[in-house]
Amino acid sequence: MNRARMLATASVLALLGAGAQAGEVRMMWYSDGIEGEVMQDLLNRFMEENPDINVTLDNVAYQVIMEQLPIQLASGEGPDIARVTNLKEQAEHWLDLTDYVEDPEYWRTNFGDQFDWMRPDDSDIIPGFMTQLTLTGGFANATLFEQAGVAMPGEGATWEEWVEAATQVQESQQTAGAFSIDRSGHRITGPMISYGANLVGEDGKPAPLDDAAKAFITQLVQWTDEGKNLRDVWVSAAGTTYIPGADEFINANIPLYYSGSWQIANLSTKIGDAFDWVAIGSPCGDAGCTGLPGGAALVGIKYTQNPEDVGKVMDFLAREDIVKEFSERTLFLPAHKGVVEAGGLNFQTEDPSAKAALEAFVGFTGTIMPEANAMPAWRYANAVYGGMVNRISQAMAGEMAVEDIFARIDSDIAEQVAAADQTK
Amino acid sequence: MRPATSAGAVVTAPLRWLARATDVPLSAWQRLTGQRGMIALFLLPNMAIFGIFVLVPLVINLLYSTTGGTEFFLSDRPQVGADHYARLLDCGNYLDPNSCRDDMFWIAVSNTARFVFFQVAVMTLAALITALILNRALPGKGFWRAVFFFPVLLSPVVVGLIWKWILQRQGLANLFMVELGLEPVNWLTDRLWAFVAAVGVSVWAHMGFYTLILLAGLQAIPRDLYEAAEMDGTRPFRVFWRITLPLLMPNLLVVIVLSLIRAVQIFDEAYVLTGGGPGTSTMFMTQYIYEVGFANLLRNPGLAAAASILMACVLIVLTLLQLYLSRRSGAK
Amino acid sequence: MIRFLTRRRGATGDGHGWHWTDIATWVWLIGGTILMFGPAVWLVLSSFKTPAGLAEFPPTILPYAQETTMLGDQAKPLFEVTLEDGITVTMAELRRVGIVAQMVPPDQPDAEPLKININDRTPVRQMDFATENYTQPFLQFDFVLFLRNSVYVTVMATIITLLTNSMAAFALSKYEFRGRNAVMLLIVATLMVPLSVILVPLYSVVSAVGLINNLWGVILPTVATPTGVFLLRQYMLTIPDELLEAARMDHASEWQIYWRIVLPLAAPALAVLAIFSVVWRWNDFLWPLVVLSRRELYTLQIGLNSYAGELNVQWHFILAMTVVAMIPVVLVFVFLQRFITAGIAGTGLK
Repeated sequence: MNRARMLATASVLALLGAGAQAGEVRMMWYSDGIEGEVMQDLLNRFMEENPDINVTLDNVAYQVIMEQLPIQLASGEGPDIARVTNLKEQAEHWLDLTDYVEDPEYWRTNFGDQFDWMRPDDSDIIPGFMTQLTLTGGFANATLFEQAGVAMPGEGATWEEWVEAATQVQESQQTAGAFSIDRSGHRITGPMISYGANLVGEDGKPAPLDDAAKAFITQLVQWTDEGKNLRDVWVSAAGTTYIPGADEFINANIPLYYSGSWQIANLSTKIGDAFDWVAIGSPCGDAGCTGLPGGAALVGIKYTQNPEDVGKVMDFLAREDIVKEFSERTLFLPAHKGVVEAGGLNFQTEDPSAKAALEAFVGFTGTIMPEANAMPAWRYANAVYGGMVNRISQAMAGEMAVEDIFARIDSDIAEQVAAADQTK
Repeated sequence: MRPATSAGAVVTAPLRWLARATDVPLSAWQRLTGQRGMIALFLLPNMAIFGIFVLVPLVINLLYSTTGGTEFFLSDRPQVGADHYARLLDCGNYLDPNSCRDDMFWIAVSNTARFVFFQVAVMTLAALITALILNRALPGKGFWRAVFFFPVLLSPVVVGLIWKWILQRQGLANLFMVELGLEPVNWLTDRLWAFVAAVGVSVWAHMGFYTLILLAGLQAIPRDLYEAAEMDGTRPFRVFWRITLPLLMPNLLVVIVLSLIRAVQIFDEAYVLTGGGPGTSTMFMTQYIYEVGFANLLRNPGLAAAASILMACVLIVLTLLQLYLSRRSGAK
Repeated sequence: MIRFLTRRRGATGDGHGWHWTDIATWVWLIGGTILMFGPAVWLVLSSFKTPAGLAEFPPTILPYAQETTMLGDQAKPLFEVTLEDGITVTMAELRRVGIVAQMVPPDQPDAEPLKININDRTPVRQMDFATENYTQPFLQFDFVLFLRNSVYVTVMATIITLLTNSMAAFALSKYEFRGRNAVMLLIVATLMVPLSVILVPLYSVVSAVGLINNLWGVILPTVATPTGVFLLRQYMLTIPDELLEAARMDHASEWQIYWRIVLPLAAPALAVLAIFSVVWRWNDFLWPLVVLSRRELYTLQIGLNSYAGELNVQWHFILAMTVVAMIPVVLVFVFLQRFITAGIAGTGLK
């Protein structure tokens, strides 16, 4: 019995001891492509420079970041550093790096524009930095347009003009659809803002859908009914599930695809030399031609035992040359002001389409409207995205008339927000 | 049964060693506490684990359903009483989900009810036919059994994925349809076909298990009953109705009730396969709970818990039904 | 039909030739084989496709890659080209601009390139297995470590499941005591509470016990399976009480009765539970995903899922690793499948 007790005590102690040791930093990371490998490579270099710090990279599924990390954070646990996308809602858990980085001013200058996306309202902490910026935007299959003998609409063309042109290509080339937008509320918000929609109410809570928002949704559903917007992408799920239309574009089933900058690496590997494709930015509405910015951030977690070491790791990864290298190798758009201003990024791809698209997206950042730029810093953005997707796909599937979904969208969002605002 | 015993010996060998080592203290325990002490001892490990990891979470879940907000831990959550239940049950007309405050919940309920009905019916029938066929004298018996049991081994996520690739618009199934000169079918984006696909894939994945239960029952039917019937010149269909079916009834009941309970909980395969679409036509209860409690970015765990409690009530009714029926049919 | 219901001697054994039921039987069996195995075989074949091959519509059955030829020091893709005069020849593509491809015959790389509309050519393809889907994860992904964790979880969980479930089943089947029915009812009532329903509360319990990021946090919540207790109890009810009485006469302790008499006799049911437990624990996904977030603790199912990102999923790696993870389960099945039938037949599920 005594031995068993001792064993039990020992194992409990071992468990407790398994917590944090000095010099141990754990980073939770998810990958859409090769960025996990690149990050591991950079961390190896960091550890060579700092032999007293050991960084472990935990590559996880994105599902873990979305569903498990929040529970860990709520119980005051979690990794020391994490790559996250749900920046605003969990902002209370991020570590203020101000005291732990060497030069806070460097951080503010180079990453300051996005700090509000990832810190609580009215705070001035340094929570981390964006590993990449993303911007929604369209891609066109130039080869299909050429085969159909249809000229691609130029700069400043509207959504109607683009869809019209794509429809001509669809008819001439017998493609399955004219265009596709990813099944995601985030993706249709840019176009809605271009149409002049205002989603944020005066009290900072979601506003009921206005006429501009309704106009775009009605238009989109109508395009779907007419077989222009490829129906499969939107009706293939219920709820808020994200479904990309990339495979349809890759297989030349649609001449026009609205997604975002993060697709470039994916399109490049899978399309290869099959056809020429170009990034076209965001088509216009009455109010502008905006895409929606976003991205993933690397943040420190407040519950870390080794904030100094976290600061060193973050300092290293935020270095101008490291950010540059990371972006060039992963084909991500950098968020570092110095890197962007210096220009001359040499994206490591052989594919001229990909290279041109990356450079084009850097240019499109100029068309972002202030309303769109404010979305990532808005706490309720995700609730609005989710509420719209679910109901719009019901309308597309023919379950509800498009006029009937507006009231449901408003009430769904209102219920969600009311439930979320209940606090003790 | 012989070979099974020898395999059992391999499985239990380390346990035997453990048992021998624990013999002395446990005999002492029996002398000290008598048989009651031993019963407690036998039950303790299982019930302790069961209590901590099943019962306690269930109770917490009940408490959850009366609290609101997005926080995960009970101590951070405000009391809202029966609000969630009121919201879920607030309906103008229970047969029309559109008249309900939470129409998604009721859509999920009615989809699940339809799914359970068709899935159980189709699967029981398919399993019965397969069991009847496997009960015949066939060359390579073990192989055929293995064939039909094989999908049971796959994880539900893999099952969903394989079939998604086969059934998608330009998937393998439509490739064959075109080869055969038929029109391609929108398997996953047509309301009716998507439902059929969800039922079919779930039957595909689970049928093998139930086939074996029925096969066990068929093999236990005494052969002389059939021989007597044949001598009396009884017509084959009559033999099936009068001998096979009644004697198979206990197994059939087990199959129906077990598959019923499973079907109510359908999630992974269907979620991967159709995502609940097109529209909401294959969105089932567990998906609703998962979306509300986890997947939505403004999650509402209290509402999800309330929905799960309502679902658990249905499950408990079904389980009690199973107990009642199996007792009535004479199984122990 | 009677023959259909009873015959056990072979379809043509009694000299009557082929009855329609024989034909129906074979149609069902062969159709069933295609339907049951086909999808899995295709999954294995697909795991050898490149990312582009996987994204291709309509899909091919076998993995293909375009053939290339070396022109100078560069590999150039080969196409079947239909020329204006209707003759079909194989040509290599030098480059493509828009819808016009510049092509040369592969044996005359220096010939004047022909300008061909891309609709007039089809790629020449050959079977090609993208083995890098397998080798690459083996290099970057601690396969051996994940495998060890998976085996550890599966073996430990199965042993504990067998031990605790059989003890409980023994008590519930062979002793009369107050509250027995209540315990049984409790177990059966929770027979099928879906995990996704109690995920958050279970997480807080496991976290309170301090087992987050610990393999035992994966093992313990799964071992008290109501299904196992139920299965074993039903089987043990068929063991005659006289055997136990005789042993008591010989002064065997209750513990000895349990492990010397009841366990060996319940072996077929234990084998069934062992097989199911191995399959369940091996395939477990949702729960380990919630408990384990450190890579040194990943099981295979969690490890392979780290290829699922936010915006892209690297299907080629996931498929390949799924196939690898399937192998042990299939092996267990191949070696033990006859016990499954024998065991279910005997578990009193009749």
